[in-house]
Amino acid sequence: MRGTGLFYALAALFALCAPMLGIYPVFMMQLLCFAMFACAYNLLLGFGRMLSFGHAAFFGSAAYATSWLVTTHAWGPAAAILAGVVVSAILGLAIGALAIRRHGIYFAMITLALAQLVYFVCLEAPFTGGENGLQGVPRGSLLGVLPLRSDLAMYYLVLAMFFAVFVFIRRVVHSPFGQVLKAIRDNESRAISLGYDISRYKLVAFVLSASLAGLAGSLKALVLGFVTLSDVQQSTSGEVILMTLLGGTGTFFGPIVGAAVVVTLQQYLSDIVGGWVTAIIGAIFVACVFSFRRGIVGELAALRLRR
Amino acid sequence: MTEILGIPVTVIPGQLMLGLVNGSFYAMLSLGLAVIFGLMGVVNFAHGAFYTLGAFAALLGLQWFGINYWAALVLAPLVVGLLGIVVERLLLRRLYRLDPLYGLLMTFGLALIVEGSLHQVFGSSGQSYPVPAALAGAIDLGFMILPLYRAWVIIASLVVCFGTWFVIERTRLGATLRAATENAPLLQAFGVNVPLLMAATYGGGVALAALAGVLAAPVVLVNSHMGTSLVIVVFAVVVIGGMGSILGAIVSGLALGLVEGFTKVIYPEASNIVVFIIMALVLILRPAGLFGKE
Repeated sequence: MRGTGLFYALAALFALCAPMLGIYPVFMMQLLCFAMFACAYNLLLGFGRMLSFGHAAFFGSAAYATSWLVTTHAWGPAAAILAGVVVSAILGLAIGALAIRRHGIYFAMITLALAQLVYFVCLEAPFTGGENGLQGVPRGSLLGVLPLRSDLAMYYLVLAMFFAVFVFIRRVVHSPFGQVLKAIRDNESRAISLGYDISRYKLVAFVLSASLAGLAGSLKALVLGFVTLSDVQQSTSGEVILMTLLGGTGTFFGPIVGAAVVVTLQQYLSDIVGGWVTAIIGAIFVACVFSFRRGIVGELAALRLRR
Repeated sequence: MTEILGIPVTVIPGQLMLGLVNGSFYAMLSLGLAVIFGLMGVVNFAHGAFYTLGAFAALLGLQWFGINYWAALVLAPLVVGLLGIVVERLLLRRLYRLDPLYGLLMTFGLALIVEGSLHQVFGSSGQSYPVPAALAGAIDLGFMILPLYRAWVIIASLVVCFGTWFVIERTRLGATLRAATENAPLLQAFGVNVPLLMAATYGGGVALAALAGVLAAPVVLVNSHMGTSLVIVVFAVVVIGGMGSILGAIVSGLALGLVEGFTKVIYPEASNIVVFIIMALVLILRPAGLFGKE
């Protein structure tokens, strides 16, 4: 499609210059972390048609793991982030292996229930700080050379990671593996009859998605310097679904748009409407299902095709 | 005092009783969920929200209009059931032709709207609903003290659950309902008003959830998020039991409540997660669920 490349270049330029444009870097970092989370989620929902209702488990457990290692064991950020990703990958392997035994709505219910299990473990485990979570997580310095205490340094680290994840997901989707995944999404029986071991493909997609969600969670914990129970809660799983759905499932840029809209809404809407934010998010959900199932980016793309 | 595994024996019946009370709520909710799913292919994520609405209807009815418990037991499910019918007619009906995932997402949004609004209007701290005078107090059974209200919850929900089972499995209306589950277009060709049947079923399932909410009001704190965590446990119950069977939903609901109560005695830290662990085990051993056919 003509113009897509130009669009990406402009978006990248904006992201690189954002701190100079006077946009609060912590807000931008938070946005990028959630955009990464939504892109990871989209890999599963958009390209594998698996509706997970428990992705907060991966996001949150990685955030907890990273925060715990940094605060109590003085690990450096790189090692702690890596450890967070490993934790979420292992958790993804366990939950994914169980969930892919069932399809569709059962898949959704199983991931929801297993994520609730993770939530209760985080609530009661001795190293998670219970209701308070873990506070005062230091950012440290990257590989001992680049101190991350300044927001600007941290911003460019998060941005670099985000670019890497975005390119990686594009690569995965366009690889032979991604093509098979899409084939399974479109017609599972046909993929089986062509001889593909579909459980293996689904599980790999699930673990990939869980790991990248974990990366987003670990980064978010370092950016904000704390992790709380809300990071593993069902509402966070709901938010990432909304971001993906609102932006456009199965499009590359949709989850980023969705994350930008939802994070901005939460940040600024709560000043105007106070506690009504949850109800408004619910209303956006309903509106999405009824009027633009393809999401913002999906609908725009469809509009352009029609012309 | 006798002990089993280092736990005084007198504690056990009390916890099992509490477990059975929770199990009654699981049974009533998973029953409604199973009937709605069977007929419409919609997983009603808003089920917990309707349960919360039932409890709030009872509480506000008492505070604003002085409607007593016994009237609320009838009125709250009626009002919430009617609301359910409106939701089905206006919203859910448009989603039947789509992937069932959209029904799940839409009802999830509905649940957020209901719970978010209740939270904003009534705050996050719970309010208690008084136990009706006729059911206050307790009787001493010798081996345990039995609070009358808890016994009433168990009996009432058993009657309602098996009543629903009887209607669905043994009456003409139930036969029509089951026929619609098997093949709705064919039934419609025979002249049965299937859309009406669907609206009534959704209303009925939701009314069951509201009734559970009224029954729960005096034993829990009535607050906006009382249904949120409950509905997740009920989903796990449904995965364990398999959604195909009405009796399966009732039995697994009660049994899992008991297991939860028992876990509270022997290892309290795990009582919140035991249902999810059982779900994981069932998925490994019998992926279709204990009573499911696939």
